[in-house]
Amino acid sequence: MPTATVTLDHSGPSTPPPQHRRRRLAAVFGRQPLGIALAAPYAVFLAAVFAYPLGLAVWISFHRYFFAAPGAQVARPFVGLDNYKAVLSDPAVRQSFLNVVEFLVINVPLTVVLSLLLAYALNGAIRARTFLRVAYYVPYVTASVAVVAVWLFLFNSGGMVNQLLGPLAPNPSWLVNSALAMPVIALFVTWKQLGFFILLYLAALQNVPKELYEAASVDGAGKFRSLMNVTVPGVRPATTLVVIVATITGANLFTEPYLLTSGGGPDGASASPVLVMYQKGIEQGNPDVASAIGVILVIGVLVISLINRQLLERD
Amino acid sequence: MSRTRTWPRMVALTIGALAFLFPFYYMVIGSLQPKPDTSLAGAIPTHGVTLHNYEQINERVNLVRSLVNSGIFTGGVILFTLVFGVLAGYALARLHFRGRWSLFAIMLLVQVVPFQLLIIPLYVMIVRNYGLADSYMGMILPFAINSTAVFIFRQFFLALPEDLFAAARIDGASELRILWSIALPLVRPALLTATLITFIGPWNEFLWPFLVTKNAALQPLAVSLANYISNIAGRATNPYGAILAGAVVLATPAVVLFVAFQRHFTSSELGSGVKG
Repeated sequence: MPTATVTLDHSGPSTPPPQHRRRRLAAVFGRQPLGIALAAPYAVFLAAVFAYPLGLAVWISFHRYFFAAPGAQVARPFVGLDNYKAVLSDPAVRQSFLNVVEFLVINVPLTVVLSLLLAYALNGAIRARTFLRVAYYVPYVTASVAVVAVWLFLFNSGGMVNQLLGPLAPNPSWLVNSALAMPVIALFVTWKQLGFFILLYLAALQNVPKELYEAASVDGAGKFRSLMNVTVPGVRPATTLVVIVATITGANLFTEPYLLTSGGGPDGASASPVLVMYQKGIEQGNPDVASAIGVILVIGVLVISLINRQLLERD
Repeated sequence: MSRTRTWPRMVALTIGALAFLFPFYYMVIGSLQPKPDTSLAGAIPTHGVTLHNYEQINERVNLVRSLVNSGIFTGGVILFTLVFGVLAGYALARLHFRGRWSLFAIMLLVQVVPFQLLIIPLYVMIVRNYGLADSYMGMILPFAINSTAVFIFRQFFLALPEDLFAAARIDGASELRILWSIALPLVRPALLTATLITFIGPWNEFLWPFLVTKNAALQPLAVSLANYISNIAGRATNPYGAILAGAVVLATPAVVLFVAFQRHFTSSELGSGVKG
């Protein structure tokens, strides 16, 4: 990281005249070198908590790595792609990647459509705007662990949802049904995160010029036509952001399968890659295999983000 | 827009909002029920209310201790973010130094790296190498400076007029003095917005503190409640009631904070993130 490598031992040879010296300093550190000092703690933090661990994850994934007591000297031989081969041939890992794809296929389109529609409706609402806005973001600001508790109560086999459905209730029930567990989790996350995405769209809607709506209505476009032809293209940069953030949230999925379906059940049908990483890396003590899962997932997220940018920002 | 056309929209929005709030209502009702009642009628407390569930969970999970731990974890992150985040945001917005644009680019890049994916190397570093397991510092470290908050500070400092800074410099004020006495008072709303956004992360975080703390006396409430849900809930007379009581205690501070300061958590405060 260039910012972290700039050090202060660059004082130059003898003492030149002050003005000259100042110009030299400026050439090395910029016009206001104080900025380096102010930004340094943050730059060091990013290097220590993001850049270094990212490199370490890649390194671990190419070696045979296990936990050892601090300070102990242990051999950690280079094993090439062995960890990746082990990961890709493991049915539990493959299942978890398919699960997260299923999650994204349900969660991302639902999130984009619902948050845009709700933001559009909220933007035009005159009364009770504050109440409505707060109501929609309360799930977002609340801990997953707390709201998971209510969903457990609502969706367990004797829960209120099944009581309401009566004979239509699925059997086995929602969270223990291998076909329904992942969709329930996807729905839960959509509900929980929606408020944040509504705020993003509300901000983006302020940037759509009013004249465009007027022009559309002069041309005889109805509500729906002007939504599709003016609003949707007008908020396209926000849509890119929403899709990327929703994808990252999906890739990070852990708490919901851990608690809602008690560890990715039934039989791994709702296990997420991060949950498998936790089980393999920390419970079973194979950080090398777990790191390989992480690296594959990071690459997956980056590829999805890039494709999404290409698709959504094309004119 | 005529009146007749706005009200179907209001009805739809209100029904949607009530659907969003229902689980919270149900959380509170469920936590006060003496026996779990999952029928529709159970949504209205007819059999009287009790605080027994709160006593029940408090026997297993020390609620006050856990809340204090959550508070220290969250407070630490907010403190680091406010001190170092303001400095970095100011430097990124107003000072010309070498590396400014690379740092800005890295800051944006960081937001696309899913944090959970770094848990294995972070666990190796913080728990195994630095021996920070079961410590507040180990919990706080990976979250210490919230990049979204740094970004908000930068946007607010960037929006201040350059003349202000030029005038202060002519008067001979040092850069630090300009930051402290001129720029900082003008971005006070940003401090509150950034505090709110930073609060959500550590207060609600489960995976990281769960990995770092094995000692129950140090666990934040999200972790101790999750452990209660997955391990010992079965032994309570009304396990759901006890779980929901814990959920109410965990959710209340966040909900109260965001309702009280809702003015500072609006699209226009966050809007710079979309435009920038």
